[in-house]
Amino acid sequence: MSDARALERPAGLDVAAIRRDFPILSETVRGKPLVFLDSAASAQKPRAVIEAMVQAMEHRYANVHRGLHWMSERTTEAYEGARDAAAAFLNAPDRDEIVFVRNTTEGINLVAHSYGRAFLKPGDAVVISAMEHHSNIVPWQMLRDAHGVELRVAPVTESGELDLEGFEARLADGRVKLVSITHMSNVLGTYTPAERIVALAHAAGAAVLLDGSQAAVHRKVDVQALGCDFYVFTGHKLYGPTGIGVLWARRELLEAMPPFLGGGDMISSVSFERSTWAKVPHKFEAGTPAILEAIGLKAAIEWTTALGWDAISAHEQALTDHALARLAAIEGVSILGRAQDRGGVVSFTLEGVHAHDVATLLDRQGIAVRAGQHCAEPLMQRFGLDSTVRASFAAYTTRAEIDFLAEQLARVRSFFGARG
Amino acid sequence: MSAAFEELRDLYQEVILDHGRHPRNHRRLADADRSAKGDNPMCGDRVEVFLRLAPDGRIAEATFEGRGCAISQASASLMTELVPGRTAEEARAIGRALRTLARTGVCPDCEGVVAEAMERLAPFAGVSEYPSRVKCATLAWHALDAALSGEGRATTE
Repeated sequence: MSDARALERPAGLDVAAIRRDFPILSETVRGKPLVFLDSAASAQKPRAVIEAMVQAMEHRYANVHRGLHWMSERTTEAYEGARDAAAAFLNAPDRDEIVFVRNTTEGINLVAHSYGRAFLKPGDAVVISAMEHHSNIVPWQMLRDAHGVELRVAPVTESGELDLEGFEARLADGRVKLVSITHMSNVLGTYTPAERIVALAHAAGAAVLLDGSQAAVHRKVDVQALGCDFYVFTGHKLYGPTGIGVLWARRELLEAMPPFLGGGDMISSVSFERSTWAKVPHKFEAGTPAILEAIGLKAAIEWTTALGWDAISAHEQALTDHALARLAAIEGVSILGRAQDRGGVVSFTLEGVHAHDVATLLDRQGIAVRAGQHCAEPLMQRFGLDSTVRASFAAYTTRAEIDFLAEQLARVRSFFGARG
Repeated sequence: MSAAFEELRDLYQEVILDHGRHPRNHRRLADADRSAKGDNPMCGDRVEVFLRLAPDGRIAEATFEGRGCAISQASASLMTELVPGRTAEEARAIGRALRTLARTGVCPDCEGVVAEAMERLAPFAGVSEYPSRVKCATLAWHALDAALSGEGRATTE
């Protein structure tokens, strides 16, 4: 971004203006203004995203990569434009390293199935961590059970950070060929030390996949600076539509990997005897892709980029610090995860009140939070909990919303009464 | 009671808060004839229901173990008070009526043998406002069904 444009931009976010970009934020819920603190599950959509998708449907739509006609050519340009936007978003060196998938889950499954089966031998090991989302556990269990690789779990410290000594210990015997770890925990808010993980893994001869489902929404991601081999994120948490996500991988890896799904668009030629594959990234994009969703994702990337990642991160950091201070001051609230480096996700329990009752009582006040195991059952077990409440923040979240959450939590506690 | 949550009385009525906080018959039954576990995978709630049967086959005693939200605990607690003295078919009929009540907020079949029991379970009509919480209210009753049928396990899925 040029210096002139940087100067035009205010130092902080104009949150009131941002909120006007989100039609849904003026909705009421059960007669109360919506206080949406569940963006880590899925973020709301700005008008720019909604309009880009509507515009495409109203004016520029046909199937991509096939029609020898004007509409198909325009739609293909828009779809491939989304690939350029995603490459710039991740600072990928090569646009052909961007594979569109349905979501993070599909991206990880693609790597487990394709890379895992082609490049891991029985007896090799994969390392994940104890703070993974189920989407970064189950695909590796499936690979383990089908293919005979070993699955190792790096421990998490009491403060909710990756135990680096434990991580190193799991790499020590040289059998680990792949490390697949979250870049930011969806429960603890912890940022993992990605550069350090990559350095240690590479030194041990293992490739690294970073699950950026949460991280990519809160900070600028630069895959070249991170040094990882695979990076996965999803569009719907990034203010974009559902049904579109991105797998980035080094070109030489993608070229060496066999296809994941077979069908149209991923082939070079087909006969009943044999088929040959299209070049990357199309080799991994079988069938008609999520065209409209890719167009929506491009709009979301442009929308966040225009706000500026430094400004988004600073805003969310201030909100998180404020939330941690306000919640910690409420009697009976215990915050799960006290990592030094953390993003805008805060999980907590309220003594004497089950997380689901907390969520229902908050819902009645218009506050949307998540309650439960957050698709991270092993992490819950690690901390001896059945469930937690989770509040998560986005560019449109205000300090006043966090204050309202804190006030209402104090009331939930008095409503249930202190339990002996 | 806090004024802010007055409107929640329709769901979190005193009876649910009371039984949720202080569940009755919340213990293992050493001489149980039947038992079954119930899982709600969505929220991680688990209960185990224990039954002791009388010589005529009626339920003599019911207890439960498990942790969960106020709704699931209160429903299990009330169940252990309501089913003793009843036949398996009567207990199942109450469970069916409760499921209808929790899902729809009304109970057209709440007459007859179940009428008295359903009066005490009436607060669960409020759950129908919160579709994701219906399974909390019905979990223990699924486990009761499984115990009566001699199955070891029930799930709300």
